[in-house]
Order: sequence, then C-alpha cells, then structure tokens
Amino acid sequence: MRFLFKTRYDQDIDLARHAGDRLWYGLLLALLVIAPAWLPEYWLAQLTFVLIYGVVGVGLMLLAGYTGLFSLGHAAFLGVGAYTETVLASMGWPFPLSLAAATALSAAVGAIVGLPALRVKGIYLAIATLAFGFIVEEILARWESVTGGNAGKIVPTLDVFGWKADTPASFYFVCLVVAVIATLAVLNLLRAPTGRAFVAIRDSEISAQSMGIHLARYKTLSFMVSAALAGVGGALYAHQIRFLSPDQFGILQSIDLLLMIVIGGLGSIHGAFLGALFLITMPQLITLGKDYLPGAVAEATGLQAFVYGIVLIAFVLFEPMGLYGRWLKLRTWFDLFPFYRAGMFRRQKSFQKSDRLR
Amino acid sequence: MQILQLLVSGIAQGCIYGLIALGFVLIYKATETVSFAQGELMMLGAFLGLALIAGLGFPFWLAAIAAIAAMMLFGIALEFAVVRPILGQPAFSIVMVTIGIGYVARGAITMIPNVGTETHTLAVPYRNEIVHAGGLVLAVEHLVVIVCTALLCALLYLMFRFSRIGVAMQASSQNQLAAYYMGIPVKRLNGLVWGLAAGVAAIAGLLLAPITFVHVNMGFIGLKAFPAAVVGGFGSLPGAIVGGLVIGVVESLSGFFLPEGFKDVAAYVVVLLMLAIRPNGLFGENLAKKV
Repeated sequence: MRFLFKTRYDQDIDLARHAGDRLWYGLLLALLVIAPAWLPEYWLAQLTFVLIYGVVGVGLMLLAGYTGLFSLGHAAFLGVGAYTETVLASMGWPFPLSLAAATALSAAVGAIVGLPALRVKGIYLAIATLAFGFIVEEILARWESVTGGNAGKIVPTLDVFGWKADTPASFYFVCLVVAVIATLAVLNLLRAPTGRAFVAIRDSEISAQSMGIHLARYKTLSFMVSAALAGVGGALYAHQIRFLSPDQFGILQSIDLLLMIVIGGLGSIHGAFLGALFLITMPQLITLGKDYLPGAVAEATGLQAFVYGIVLIAFVLFEPMGLYGRWLKLRTWFDLFPFYRAGMFRRQKSFQKSDRLR
Repeated sequence: MQILQLLVSGIAQGCIYGLIALGFVLIYKATETVSFAQGELMMLGAFLGLALIAGLGFPFWLAAIAAIAAMMLFGIALEFAVVRPILGQPAFSIVMVTIGIGYVARGAITMIPNVGTETHTLAVPYRNEIVHAGGLVLAVEHLVVIVCTALLCALLYLMFRFSRIGVAMQASSQNQLAAYYMGIPVKRLNGLVWGLAAGVAAIAGLLLAPITFVHVNMGFIGLKAFPAAVVGGFGSLPGAIVGGLVIGVVESLSGFFLPEGFKDVAAYVVVLLMLAIRPNGLFGENLAKKV
C-alpha cells in the first residue's frame, strides 16, 4: 500500500500522482509507439480505430461524465468533422489546416446545440440532441453538391504539406499523436478552474450557481470542447474509413458512442479509452465466440445487437462505474490485501428524487 | 379537399405517435424515468400478434387481447428484473438500460430463423377497406387507429384522475419517498405502470401493423414519438396525444408542400422549436425548486 504525503501544491495538481504513474504511462506510450513494429496490419488498423474512438470518447466523457449533460446526437459532430475534413482535403488543404477547420466548425455547431442546453435539462436535453442528430444526418444526405449524398464520398489520402500518411503505420502515428495531445489537453482542462466548474455543475447546478459559476458560459463551453474533440475524431475517422456515407453518422452511432463511455466508466478519462477498446474488440470476440454456439444462433444477424444489449444492461445493473470501476476495485483489492471487504464500493440505496423540481 | 385528405392521414399517423408517446408519458408520469424501449415493446407486441394469428390460428380479436395481456405481463417482468434494481440511480442509468432492452429485443427477434429478417402482413379483418365520406377517401385502418386512440386516452385519463391507483401513481411520481410513507406500495405501482405502458405499446403495434407491415425495425418509429411527448409536455396524457397529432399533421403537410427530405425531419424541427419557445410543452407543468 502506497501512502502519498503531499508537501507541495504542485503535487496536488500534478497529472501523475506519483513516480509509479509516470513509469506505467511511459511504458504504455512506449508500447504504443513501437506497436507498428510488432502488430499485424489488421490489428494495427483496429488499434487506430481505438485511438480515434478514444478521442471522441474523451470529448463525450467531458460532456456526459464530467458536466453531466447527455448528448444523444454526438455522431452529428463526428459527421460534421468528417465531412469538413473530406471536403477541405479534396480541395488540397494540408491536414493541419483542414483539421483545425473541421475542429472549429464542429465547435461552432456544438455551441449552437449547446444553446438549448441552457434552458432544458435531463431528458429534454437528450431529446433536443437526438433531434439535432437526425437533422444533421438528413442534411448530410440531402446536401449532395458538398457531401455526395447517400452515394457517399471518397476521402483523399492524408497530406501534411507534401508528406503523405499513406501506409497504415504512418496514419497510426498521426492518430497516436492527436490522441495523446487531446487526452493531455482534456486532463489539463479538468485540473484547471474550468474543469472544476464542469464537475460542480454535474454535481449540483444550484450550488454551482451559488458559488459564482456562470452556468450558461460553462455549459456552452463544455458542449463546444466536446463537439470539437468529436470533430477531431471525425476528421481522423474519415481518413481511416476512406469512404463516407451519411448513415455512418446516425442515431446508432450516437448510441454506440454513449454505450462506449458508459461501459468504459462514466467520469474517468481511462473509461473513454477502455470503452473504445471494448467497442472495437467486442465484434471480434463475438466472431470468435460463434464457433462455440449452435449453428442457427451463430449465423443470426441479430447476435451482435443482442450481445451489446445484454452487456450494456449488465454493466448498468452490476458495474455502474464501468470497466474502469472494475479496475479500481481490482487495484484496491491488491492494495489492501488481505483487508478488502465486499461492501467497500456498495452503492447507497436511495429513493428516486424528482427531476422536475431540480 | 386535398388539404382535408392530408389532414386525415396526418391525424392517423399522429395517433400512432401519440399512442407510443402515451407509453413514455405513463412511465414518466408515474416513475419519472424515460423508457427508450417503447418502440421495441411495440414491435414485440406486433410480432406476438402475428405469431398468435399466423402461427397458432387464433381469430384476430382473441389474438389482440392475448397479445396485449402477454405484453402487460412482460412489462411487469421487465420492471421487476432490470428497472427495479436501479431505482434511485440517476435517470440516465434507466435510459441506458432501456436502450439495452431495445437492442436485446431487436437482436432476439432478428435471431429467429426465417421470421426475424422478413417483412410480414398482419391479417386484420378490416384490411384494405375504404370508406367514402363526403368526397373524402378514408382507409378503415386509419379510422380504427383514430377511434382506438381516443378511447384509450379517455380511459387512461379517467384512471389517473379518478381511480385510487391513478392518484397513487401521481403521488409516487411527485415524491416516491413521501408516497411510500403514506402507505403507497411504490414498487408494485411501478411494476403496474410498466405493464400498462407495455400494454399500450402492444396496442400501438397491433394498430400500426396493417399500415406499415410487421418488421424488426418498426420500433424506430418510437424515436418520432419522443418529439410528440415533448411537444405535449412530458407529464401530460392528453398532451401526448395532442403532441402526436401536431407532429403527424406537420409531417403530412410538410411532405406535400415542402421539398423532399423535410418530411423526415419535420418532427425534430418542431421539437427543437418547441424546446426553444416553451420547454415544458403545451400542457406541461412549470415547477421550480425553491432554495
């Protein structure tokens, strides 16, 4: 068991809690950097997807896990980012510029969606974002001169001032750099007053307001940052998938994104990446598991949706803190061995409180 | 005359939205949680009706009643199995669980060999009959939808207004703990409400089946019932129907007068406007907490 004695204020706000953190995250980063050398190409592509979804997940986590605002239309921001990137890259813009433009446009759209968030909350906000998601999907499908409509649009190769990321490994490095920068930026935001304000709003709007937090400003900001990260993820997603069609950015994608952060663990940055890992590896696991199932079930098309639903229900019922919560419990078990008690993380039983009066 | 024709078809479509929205509102009114599985419950109800008629050879009315009863039991079981354990958790947990239920229901139906991936027609006695009334051409299917919706809405309204159970449900929705102290069996009531909502969903499924066919993705229409519930004000039963009618009529008119594509998003544009102008909906109550 490790005891931390904080003697300087710097220690309190340091991103790494102690030397062990630095060691392990450094090792993880080193492993990721040399991944192209030892991973087969197929798995490298999957890892790239994990990084891309991780970036989007970090953004959604900031909104849902830290500010307490749930968005059922996040795929729309992903779509805005992806299409902006594609259109600009087709016009020959270098990647850094087009990425910045995609990010900025997504953030602007996020600010617009954030506006109803100032007046409505809870389920109304979920429905407002749901409605927004449908409208964006329809625009992507109908605005054929720009988006190519339902016929889809081919994405050009990523181009940074002449350097082309045309191999899986080079594109993987682009994603890795972007993911690391995005994660560090969000972590930094969260330890700053802005991030503390987000958490305060999540825990109680009224007390946040009475502490002098400008609700409208911070809620809009949270939406903007979250949408911007989704836009970044979308731009990378476009290059990874090479072919865009509007149905990739529909309600099912939005629900997948939410499922990702809920299963990963709401309220932790680790959770976003664990959730992304889950979302990408789950179809592979299901494919592997098919060999052990009776033929009729294994061939059925609904198997994946069925398993996703069961896993989602099981997580909310039995492990509301998600994969990261499971890891915390495991770590505590080792930390306290042999003094871990079964009830240490038990939720308090409570009656439902009315949302209408909040 | 054309306008009238559009209005009638819009109203019939709106009644379906209203019926599904009624399920949301029932659950919201009594337990203050939102079920995203309402559309899938409707789909299950329709498939159950189909199985009873085509598989077991029941006559239509018997099959309808049996399907509704079975769905009510299913709703009660669902509440007991997955909703009750997370009572008191943040409302979002229940949203995620119901999304999960929707996935499971859709996946399970798709997995039934030879049935799940096909589109079926439900053999109803009034299928393809047409009534001419004063120059209007009305499909009987649409009329049945409108009449059933009106009846059901009146029935539920009376229940919530006058019966002891209905009043108890309202009480437990406002403050579950206080209701529990007053001797209201809150948990049993919640189960009952989920049963009721599942029953309403089954009715909606059986009414919708002759119009759109029975298939596994018919539950996605439930996503258009959300705007209906919001426009009406989430906690109001008549509001759900009125909201459904508004959405249905706007959709039908915009499909005719506006360029292609507007019909599909009309419901969502309406709900965004509504949220911007009157966040509590047409019939919603406006409550604020005093600190």
